Amino acid sequence: MAMSDDRVENRLFQNRYVVDVGRPHIEVRPHEVPSRELVAMTRVCPAGCYSQNEQGQVEITADGCMECGTCRVVCSKSGDIEWNYPRGGYGVLFKFG
Amino acid sequence: MTHEHFDAIVVGAGPSGNAAAYTMAQRGLKVLQIERGEYSGSKNVQGAILYSDALEKIIPDFREEAPLERHVIEQRIWMMDDTGHTGMHHRSDDYNEDKPNRYTIIRAQFDKWFNRCVREMGVTVLFETTVTSLITDENKRVIGVQTDRDGNGIFADVVVLAEGVNGLVGQRSGLRKELRPEDVALAVKEMHFLPQDVIDARFNLKGEEGVVIEAMGTITDGMVGTAFLYTNRESISVGVGCLVSEFAKSGEATPHGILDRFKSHPSIKALLEGSEIKEYAAHLIPEGGFRAVPELVGDGWIVVGDAGHFVNAVHREGSNLAMTTGRLAGEVVANILGSCMTCTRENLQTYVKLLEDSFVMKDMKKYKNVPRMLEQGGRHIMDLYPRLLNRSAQTWFRVDGKDKKSKESDILRSARQARGVTGLLGDAFKLARAWR
Repeated sequence: MAMSDDRVENRLFQNRYVVDVGRPHIEVRPHEVPSRELVAMTRVCPAGCYSQNEQGQVEITADGCMECGTCRVVCSKSGDIEWNYPRGGYGVLFKFG
Repeated sequence: MTHEHFDAIVVGAGPSGNAAAYTMAQRGLKVLQIERGEYSGSKNVQGAILYSDALEKIIPDFREEAPLERHVIEQRIWMMDDTGHTGMHHRSDDYNEDKPNRYTIIRAQFDKWFNRCVREMGVTVLFETTVTSLITDENKRVIGVQTDRDGNGIFADVVVLAEGVNGLVGQRSGLRKELRPEDVALAVKEMHFLPQDVIDARFNLKGEEGVVIEAMGTITDGMVGTAFLYTNRESISVGVGCLVSEFAKSGEATPHGILDRFKSHPSIKALLEGSEIKEYAAHLIPEGGFRAVPELVGDGWIVVGDAGHFVNAVHREGSNLAMTTGRLAGEVVANILGSCMTCTRENLQTYVKLLEDSFVMKDMKKYKNVPRMLEQGGRHIMDLYPRLLNRSAQTWFRVDGKDKKSKESDILRSARQARGVTGLLGDAFKLARAWR
């Protein structure tokens, strides 16, 4: 219950992942100006995978992804992202679920 | 594996997939189950409460071996404002029965056990394998699946899609539409560990008794959503879920921020004090209700569980609907193949008929208007009414020299001011109609 709990990174640190190095299962389509949906994902993603770079473009680091699919649903109309499940055996592994 | 033909392929090893696979194997079918996780449960998230009835119909003596946490003897339903809560509290020693009705469970452990039963029944399970698409013949009949491992595909008479809410296989094959952000809730959850005796003392429990709390109110910042706290043996599951559309619209809310808000609420904080957090999980919950249920059968395919949107959000039921739909699908498929018929859309319609005669569709239909009502008037229900209720309770219970009649007038006046008589009556009418 310490203050550090507020950070998503610290929460994800407890989780188990098998990262498929070099093969991210989610990719953001290259863009100049991000759509409203993409910008929303910097806030809505429960794993904090999305962030805006200095040019304002939205980037993803899918390593901490919990595979919930929220970004896929939010961005389905704008077509901003390419979403797949990780290859079998990779990704998050819940101990409790 | 490539040249083998199966009677049925089940995509997914959650409650619905396990129920379907178990039922079909029990009736003599040759079944292959494909799960993308390292073990059944490794990709699954739930609150989690297990309702005995649905599982008892599949494995009558499950209590002897299933990993169960606590049986629920007490239910609290809380309407929260910023500083307190007003609620309903039901506790009964009657729930300390030989065959308890509800248990808290840890899904990863429960699913692993259920899947072991499935394998013992003779089902072949391929783990760490993701199904990427369905294979169809020239008549668009589903005849097998393609995985990320096997180039040639695997073939069967029928494919049971138990792939969960984020079901890409069915969606990308055009069997069902993309999920609407209004129809799914994003839930986040933490596992808080505490010694068993500390949990017993904090919740007034003994032995394997458990308490569950369902809460709604200002914690979700006006968004349509609910929070929960379930006692396990040596841990507490704490979570909160809000509609994805609400998160997307909201200017600042984050899922973990809402969870922190719930955890730091004065009514919750003391219950979690000193706990060690060992996992943070997120998952979508299909909450669109009856109107969001997709096509359930077609030539060579059948849909069960979350992929079929089978969740009763009003009563927080899901895994029992998943297991029931899985079992019924399994029975129908076994009957069809056992009578040397084929799994055509027409023959599989029996599944839809059975669902309509069961509690599953009856309950889904009963609440079919609730999601729409919440879409339109959710903010009042999540924010205004919890505030009014808690304020009224304070007015009622504080003894401050004011006469009771004036107190009653104060309560009525604050409600009228907040929402207006027309608004109040309209909300009551809409609620009654949606509940009918």
